[in-house]
Amino acid sequence: MPTFVRTDKCDGCKGQDKAACMYMCPHDLMRLDEDGSETGHAMKAYNQEPEQCWECYACVKICPQQAIECRHYADVVPLGASVQPLRSTDSIVWTIKFRNSTMKRFKFPVRTTPEGSADPFGGEHEAVLADGKDHSTLFTKGTHSCDMSQFVSF
Amino acid sequence: MAEFGQPAIFEEEVDTLLIGGGMACCGAAFEVSRWVEKARAEGKDIKVKLVDKAAMSRSGAVAQGLSAINTYMGENDPADYVRYVRGDLMGIVREDLVYDVGRHVDDSVHNFEKWGLPIWKQSGDEGKRLVDGGKPVRSGRWQIMINGESYKWIVAEAAKKALGMENIEEHVFIVRLITDKNDPNRIAGAAGFSVREHRIYIYRFKCCLLACGGAVNVFRPRSVGEGLGRAWYPVWNAGSTYSMAAECGAELTMMENRFVPARFKDGYGPVGAWFLLFKAKSMNAFGEDYQARNAGDLKTYGYDAYANGRKMGTCLRNHLMMKEMKEGRGPIFIDTQTAMAKLAANMTPEEIKHLEAEAWEDFLDMTIAQCGVWAGENIEPDKEMSELMPTEPYLLGSHAGCAGLWVSGPEDLPGVPDYYHWGYNRMATVSGLFTAGDGVGASGHKFSSGSHAEGRIAGKAMVQYVLDNMDHKPELGRSVDDVVEELYRPVRNFLEHKDYTTAIDVNPHYITPKMFQLRLQKVMDEYVAGVSTMYQTNKRMLELAERKLEMLREDSLKMRAKDLHELLRAWENYHRLITAFAHMKHIKFREETRYPGYYYRSDFLDIDDDNWKCFVNSKFDRETGEWTLRKVAYAQLIKPDESEPEGMSRLGSDC
Repeated sequence: MPTFVRTDKCDGCKGQDKAACMYMCPHDLMRLDEDGSETGHAMKAYNQEPEQCWECYACVKICPQQAIECRHYADVVPLGASVQPLRSTDSIVWTIKFRNSTMKRFKFPVRTTPEGSADPFGGEHEAVLADGKDHSTLFTKGTHSCDMSQFVSF
Repeated sequence: MAEFGQPAIFEEEVDTLLIGGGMACCGAAFEVSRWVEKARAEGKDIKVKLVDKAAMSRSGAVAQGLSAINTYMGENDPADYVRYVRGDLMGIVREDLVYDVGRHVDDSVHNFEKWGLPIWKQSGDEGKRLVDGGKPVRSGRWQIMINGESYKWIVAEAAKKALGMENIEEHVFIVRLITDKNDPNRIAGAAGFSVREHRIYIYRFKCCLLACGGAVNVFRPRSVGEGLGRAWYPVWNAGSTYSMAAECGAELTMMENRFVPARFKDGYGPVGAWFLLFKAKSMNAFGEDYQARNAGDLKTYGYDAYANGRKMGTCLRNHLMMKEMKEGRGPIFIDTQTAMAKLAANMTPEEIKHLEAEAWEDFLDMTIAQCGVWAGENIEPDKEMSELMPTEPYLLGSHAGCAGLWVSGPEDLPGVPDYYHWGYNRMATVSGLFTAGDGVGASGHKFSSGSHAEGRIAGKAMVQYVLDNMDHKPELGRSVDDVVEELYRPVRNFLEHKDYTTAIDVNPHYITPKMFQLRLQKVMDEYVAGVSTMYQTNKRMLELAERKLEMLREDSLKMRAKDLHELLRAWENYHRLITAFAHMKHIKFREETRYPGYYYRSDFLDIDDDNWKCFVNSKFDRETGEWTLRKVAYAQLIKPDESEPEGMSRLGSDC
């Protein structure tokens, strides 16, 4: 189902330097209609090419107003269901509503460290320029053990 | 002031450019930065830039997340990984490249965990990291389970920090590589445009990493309305890697090798965890085990040489399913409820609840749309089984397929033939052009982690290339004006002709990117073994395809772009076209059916090891439009063992 933006919730990210969904969509689908000329709703975002939507939920998860939802592909899926996440910095909660009103809710962790804390080089080896042409190692020196007797020409 | 049709030109010279922002480029950013830091300390300043057409936190194939890491050696030896990969890809892979990924991949996974990726552990090892001996939950010999909703976010976070945001351009789409003025077989630059402002970017560099993923929606997909976007692989993978490389003269390999995943129907939810972790079984409409029923059929065309009992490559499993469907015993079901009932038999209610959550998380982490299908159709997997379906074909080099560029490999492994390496690891046949992930051909099954590791391998080699060429000054083989003219042609087509008709999309002077894509998909589907012919083609069909694709190539000059978004689509679809051309040419050249279940050459249904146990390589001449194809010998580096089917022991054919 392509994503859609609710007029009652989207505020166009007007307090920020860019619309979050527009920034995050991997396929350049979300667009902010600044003057309302495209949709009739000024300063609100919309999905400009719904048939190209992967339903990856990047926009849904990043929207600070929870203004974006999915209405699953109309040429495939019967109406009435919804799958909606609420993602925080360490977990994500999913609420799934079936067409027949059955409800399910799941919560999963998304990371074990504080957001923004990934430290690429902390505690890692420095690169050694003399190893530059040695294919058996990368700078971290974490190469797997290798049983060379498995080679035909060993 | 720049405006639509009058873009500003931004030119920059760097030492190396990373084109793409997926797992491979994130790996490269991580590795390159550490070497650059060291070189700088020794007085050698290397400038690196990364350009991504989207936002790195959610770009590439892992944008949505993943529920498993599919390549992790752990207790296994990399040689067994090579055996697994060549087994799945019917005996023809570059074993040097596969082995190289195998020996380095775990280090990438250990870093992911350090940065914050939650990796499932066996009971008793919770909280113990892999690098400290923590035992992962395996969903197969090579796969480990993760809570991977933020997988890409975390990996990109480390890459961005390593490189520095000042060295990253997001929302800039590189569409054209440019060779050197003084050496047509050397890369010198790349050109692209912003999808946000009226601005063209032209980079000059000593070398680049071209890692823009595989190719999706080259074929007409099974869903063609809104569902057009519900591809199995990410819909934004437009074949940019293959087409840009081919058009600057780089040699491609195994472009005939496509991937046709059999997945949960319509949502394309993954089957790996269901088959391997939950032990679900598939069956035909009547509840019969069609794999057992059709096993004898493998003998007819010699496919059985690549199957060992139930152990066989992905394409052969597809073949058994397709036979069942063609003979009218579909649909194919995956029996989720029996699998879950069996697992739940000795579980506490608490554990059963956890099992159900795991089953849903498998989709919620990576294919949310499948949950949409389940919820919309009132399917609960513990109560009702689901349909499986083979999808439309995809071209890629990191999953269960191996299309891509012919690259130089590591020369330190025993027995690698000379023609497998010509300098820098993961460098293409064009000097200075490197690739990784989906870009490297003849070495599939890297998946997310292996693509990251391969980006690192390439990154390290690129720094070496720069250090060895510090005094080289790249000069573009084309004028900037010429490049700008070409990049913005679709915009010009629109501005010049838009007032000729009253309906913006119907105009004899231009074609919309959307119609261009649909035309491409129709040709590929109907003539090049798409779903409508049940993956079958022959020489005559391919000749017709070629004629139609050639006309489409001519019409590519008439593509229109009414805004920057359409300019993005115009170039993506041009990249799809060139990729499709390569695919069609390779299928036409290989006169056998090497990958039954991926595609069938109906005029050559056998696996023909005498003549075709070899790579097929191609080169494209952009000036003449000619493709040149050749056979390249396969070299076996890892000893065959008794677990492998008989075909693996066969020598490669002479080339």
